[in-house]
Amino acid sequence: MTVNATATEQLQRAAADLLSEGKVDLVIGYGRDQASQFSSPVFVRKPEDAEALVFDDRCFGNLAVYLSKDTVRRMGKIGMVVKGCDLRAVNVLLREHVMKREDIVLIGVPCSGQGEPLLHKCSVCEQRNPEGCDIVAGDPVEQPEIKAEQRYADAATIDAKSIEERWAFWHGQLSKCIRCYACRNVCPLCYCKRCITEKTVPQWIETSAHLRGNVAWNVARAFHLTGRCVNCGECERACPMDIPLGAINQKMAQLMHESYDFQSGLSSEEKAPFTTFNVDDPETGIL
Amino acid sequence: MIQEADISTDTSEWQPRIVAFLCNWCSYAGADLAGMSRFAYPAAIKIVRVPCSGRVDPMFIIKSFEQGADLVLISGCHPGDCHYTSGNYHARRKLLAFRELMSFLGIDPRRFKISWVSAAEGAKWSSLVKEITAEVKALGPFETYANILTGDARP
Repeated sequence: MTVNATATEQLQRAAADLLSEGKVDLVIGYGRDQASQFSSPVFVRKPEDAEALVFDDRCFGNLAVYLSKDTVRRMGKIGMVVKGCDLRAVNVLLREHVMKREDIVLIGVPCSGQGEPLLHKCSVCEQRNPEGCDIVAGDPVEQPEIKAEQRYADAATIDAKSIEERWAFWHGQLSKCIRCYACRNVCPLCYCKRCITEKTVPQWIETSAHLRGNVAWNVARAFHLTGRCVNCGECERACPMDIPLGAINQKMAQLMHESYDFQSGLSSEEKAPFTTFNVDDPETGIL
Repeated sequence: MIQEADISTDTSEWQPRIVAFLCNWCSYAGADLAGMSRFAYPAAIKIVRVPCSGRVDPMFIIKSFEQGADLVLISGCHPGDCHYTSGNYHARRKLLAFRELMSFLGIDPRRFKISWVSAAEGAKWSSLVKEITAEVKALGPFETYANILTGDARP
């Protein structure tokens, strides 16, 4: 564990200032947690508690997940610590009118990657220095050049297989699913008040942990995130059965990028591919 | 002109189950026209009328497969002809992406067809159904999904 001392100090100062000036009612950030393998989220509500905040190389979580939670929103105006990747999720939430930009104060932290070895998302990260935040804590970091094929490498490995091999692979993976819905709960963009999987009349997705329902659930989850997912990789990290969900999301992101030149979360203005259309969109394979 | 359907009425032969979601304004009317014009086509197809091809949620397709469909067809108005101006443009983006997702997960994308059939294309509808019925007959029962259903889901 390496603590980024500059960022941590500036973060604590910024949080204490925001709270004491009454600009926010709480600051959500990462806290030092010796018992855990990662720096778990902390909610700071008093200026004197700001020293609980930390920024190190184990700040894995995407805190944007809290922005759509009613219980958190009721606590008042939110100040949130965001890395560049988390900011993409915030952009999607803004685009989808989950909250307004003036409802939140964003404290951006330049980040040169999380985890030892680096998480996949960090090794292909193009947003190391968050842009458009209200406050920036820490020094800017160097941004390496990332190629598109690196970004979609996991999906490409699976795509290279034959269709029978792909089914054999996913059959094995999806059979493991225990339907705990951790992938949904940890996802900053899965914020429906009533998820399709909990609807019983009609029941679209069988609830038992049987392959039939598992396929339906994972298809629905992937499809509802198509053109929205920012590939933060939290679903895969949260999955207790180690299902490579990130590869499915990557595949759909790649498709949106190649077909419609769209990458989710780069701005809070651009329309998602499924909410718009072009008259001359690709039409291969339509009879 | 009365045409003969190229489908056998022999019940000992395996008959595929095709589920078709047709938009009310074009493809359903096209299928109606095929009937009125006495263009015969295979009876393996079961038609569900939807207001617009844009109404079709991918869950409809998954559910059809779960219920034992061997092929799912979604048909709407030609681009530019949508009764609701743009439903089929939205459907085009969604359904083509869904086909890619199916293929990525190893679920045979040949089991999912998309077509544009207008209200005047009774003949196209008839030949389309003949064509896809012949194709799915050649492919045989949808084993991937049949295995999921029984619980013996070994690939």
